[in-house]
Amino acid sequence: MTAAIGHTSILLALLLALWGMAAPIIGYRTGKAVFFTATRAAILGQFALVTLGSLALIYGLVTTDFSIQYVANNTTRATPIYYRITGLWGALEGSLLLWEWILIIFSGLVAWIYRDRHRELMPWVLMIFSIVSAFFLGVIAFASNPFATMFPVPVDGRGLNPLLEDANMMSHPPLLYTGFVGLTVPYAFAMAALIVGKLDEAWIVTTRRWTITAWFFLTMGNLVGAWWSYHVLGWGGYWAWHPVENAAFMPWLPATAFLHSVQVQERRHMLKVWNLSLILVAFSLTIFGTFLTRSGVLSSIHAFSNGPVGSIFLAFLAVILLASFGLLAYRADMLKGQPQLDSMVSRESAFLLNNVVLVSALFTIFLGTIFPLISEAVAGTPVSVGAPYFNSATVPLFLALVFLMGVGPMIAWRRASWDNLRRNFLWPAVASLVIGLFAFVGWIRDFLPLLGLTLCAFVVASILFDTALAVRARRRLAGEGILRALATLAGRNQRRYGGLVVHLGIVLIALGIAGSMSYSIEREATLGRGETLAVGKYKISFQGLRASEQPTHYRVEGEFQVSSNGTNIGLLAPALKFFPNQQSPVGRADHRSSLSEDIYLILSGFSELEKNRATLKVLVRPLVVWIWLGGAVIALGTLVSVWPMKKLSAVSVQQSAIPELTTDG
Amino acid sequence: MRLRRVIITFLVIAPLLTILAYGFFRDPRFIPSPIVGRPAPPFTLALFNGEKLSLADLRGKIVFVNFWASWCPPCLAEAKELEATWRELQDRDVVFVGVQIQDAEANGRKFVGEFNITYPNGLDSSGRIAIDYGVWGIPESFFIDPDGRITYKHVGGVGPAIVAAKVGEARQKIVSAKEGKGEYQPIR
Repeated sequence: MTAAIGHTSILLALLLALWGMAAPIIGYRTGKAVFFTATRAAILGQFALVTLGSLALIYGLVTTDFSIQYVANNTTRATPIYYRITGLWGALEGSLLLWEWILIIFSGLVAWIYRDRHRELMPWVLMIFSIVSAFFLGVIAFASNPFATMFPVPVDGRGLNPLLEDANMMSHPPLLYTGFVGLTVPYAFAMAALIVGKLDEAWIVTTRRWTITAWFFLTMGNLVGAWWSYHVLGWGGYWAWHPVENAAFMPWLPATAFLHSVQVQERRHMLKVWNLSLILVAFSLTIFGTFLTRSGVLSSIHAFSNGPVGSIFLAFLAVILLASFGLLAYRADMLKGQPQLDSMVSRESAFLLNNVVLVSALFTIFLGTIFPLISEAVAGTPVSVGAPYFNSATVPLFLALVFLMGVGPMIAWRRASWDNLRRNFLWPAVASLVIGLFAFVGWIRDFLPLLGLTLCAFVVASILFDTALAVRARRRLAGEGILRALATLAGRNQRRYGGLVVHLGIVLIALGIAGSMSYSIEREATLGRGETLAVGKYKISFQGLRASEQPTHYRVEGEFQVSSNGTNIGLLAPALKFFPNQQSPVGRADHRSSLSEDIYLILSGFSELEKNRATLKVLVRPLVVWIWLGGAVIALGTLVSVWPMKKLSAVSVQQSAIPELTTDG
Repeated sequence: MRLRRVIITFLVIAPLLTILAYGFFRDPRFIPSPIVGRPAPPFTLALFNGEKLSLADLRGKIVFVNFWASWCPPCLAEAKELEATWRELQDRDVVFVGVQIQDAEANGRKFVGEFNITYPNGLDSSGRIAIDYGVWGIPESFFIDPDGRITYKHVGGVGPAIVAAKVGEARQKIVSAKEGKGEYQPIR
């Protein structure tokens, strides 16, 4: 019954999506506005039906309805309720449904918010949404059906992939999908603008907040993925340049480039073709990433099946690429006649350079990711390029980006005068060089980390310096206190100050990456009960093994008393989890974080016979915590830049006006 | 002019799509098994009925080894037919062995009870046997000739016709060059 309700609602939603694709064209041909209204109704109808379908699957998972294959594959009777719900995105079929659900929520929001605006663009925007939705619905309905039933019904299910039994997996896929899907909004507006031929800045201004929001979710999705990798996979790293990580990261690069280069178009009406290309590429990469990781073309834990899904995704990718870029080429005439750069030393050129660097990074990562395919097609054997390729090729690019983060927001538009450069950059440059020098004398002797630290210091110094100047001006002008002046500045120019805060977050991430990449210590040893291992300033003493029966698995924990410079910092208990449905045990690392470094313990094995001997891997990774803190700062910056501040500041003006009145009275 | 631009754009995109499409002509999981035509890896299986079954004791007979799990849809689908085929072939120097993997033993016993399976079955609790046989998708079946050599491997559901035919070939010690593939469930 549940399966029938779910599958029927998906089929009906597919019909509506097909209608939503046809209606604007009929409306355009016949000139009847009712067809445009129907386009919106089609979106809202899909929203209702897909929501029903998703709830049906969640209901099936929660009630362990094993007549549904998907449920049998991803839950067991012992699975706790929260992991039953997250089973919605535990495998291919359900995660495609989740994707479609988020997509149709976004589409519904866009259809509703702009119901009285953009009359010319909206039918085409909604048509694009319906096309993307029809694709996903078609895949869900026919190729990768989460509602497929099975008979006879098994006595118990297989259960979630043990690696996914983790709190971070509750948030990582929804965040990442929200980021991916969010990019559909600017893409749909860009395509609508291309279809109608209305290629001014309207689509960019309209989608600005949507793009920032999508970018934010994409960033968070990647960071939570890294966090999960660090906490669960138990190899002590957070990023391995695995195809699936690259697939999630690649759309972030053109999306970031786009957020910067649209400012050039808004101000100077330049880079129109470039901006359109960036958003077309960013959206295509979300489909490409899913194709790559889910099709099984490259082996991955994210590749779930080798059914027909891969080829359908490839066909859709082909349609997207050919239609989007074909249309862009067709409209190229209308996008010409933009002014030239006035000077190489200007904010435009800084943004352009930032774009060149980001796109180069994208190209590098793209090439590395599909290299096994290319090499097999050309030479007959698949050759994977590993982390060394990605690191050596992208680290210089990312360092250049950090430098540009310090320059771009402060340099003048059009043409920076010598005076402007001296005023904005002299002190930050001096400050960062002094910090770099101190670091060199103090402890850092390697070139890349030293350069990274100096550049990070430069960015922070230039942001602080610029903000300090602006605060000083406000204090002189309006007599405001420091905090009040900051609030006024942020309220008046949300995007700028939000962006600067995001930059600070990126700097923290860069510091965390530089520190943990360059100065990690790794040690492995087998310890008997009571024995102690010293790693750096840490002493780790083995207390013994403890086994326990968990709802879905059997768990063996090693207990280790850890002290740092003689001070006890607590008991760490890395574990190995044994799942009945899984060949090899799943590790669960344990760690203690501090602002300067993490101590990270992995239980690699234990001896059954002598019971109390454990093989332990210890990692000391400096500054990792700053990566996660950077994520929080980015969230704050994004809030500053997209928060609907106008109403707020109006309220605060009113409030501050009241005491003045009463004192007057 | 416009048309030319569109065509050039298409020509730029085409090679990329071709490379990606090329990926479909290969399946990174599907590597020809090195053990077909070779002596079958020996194993001892603790059966549900408490006895122990050793492959070495079955030399001189044709052995059909089937890896399965109770949660696996194609395994459920073929269970009834396999039992019927077993009843037909059991008197002709043929032994069927069911190896349950990545599953709880209790579920396996229920499974065997539900389908009235009478051929020997047991749980490969450490996964050792599955690893030795390179199992990657279940159900996965191996045919072993009277000399103890693997003559055929089939990933996915295997029908009675194929089982009968391949048992016949094993009797004549004919090794199949090609592996069979049906609907399967990848294992973790």
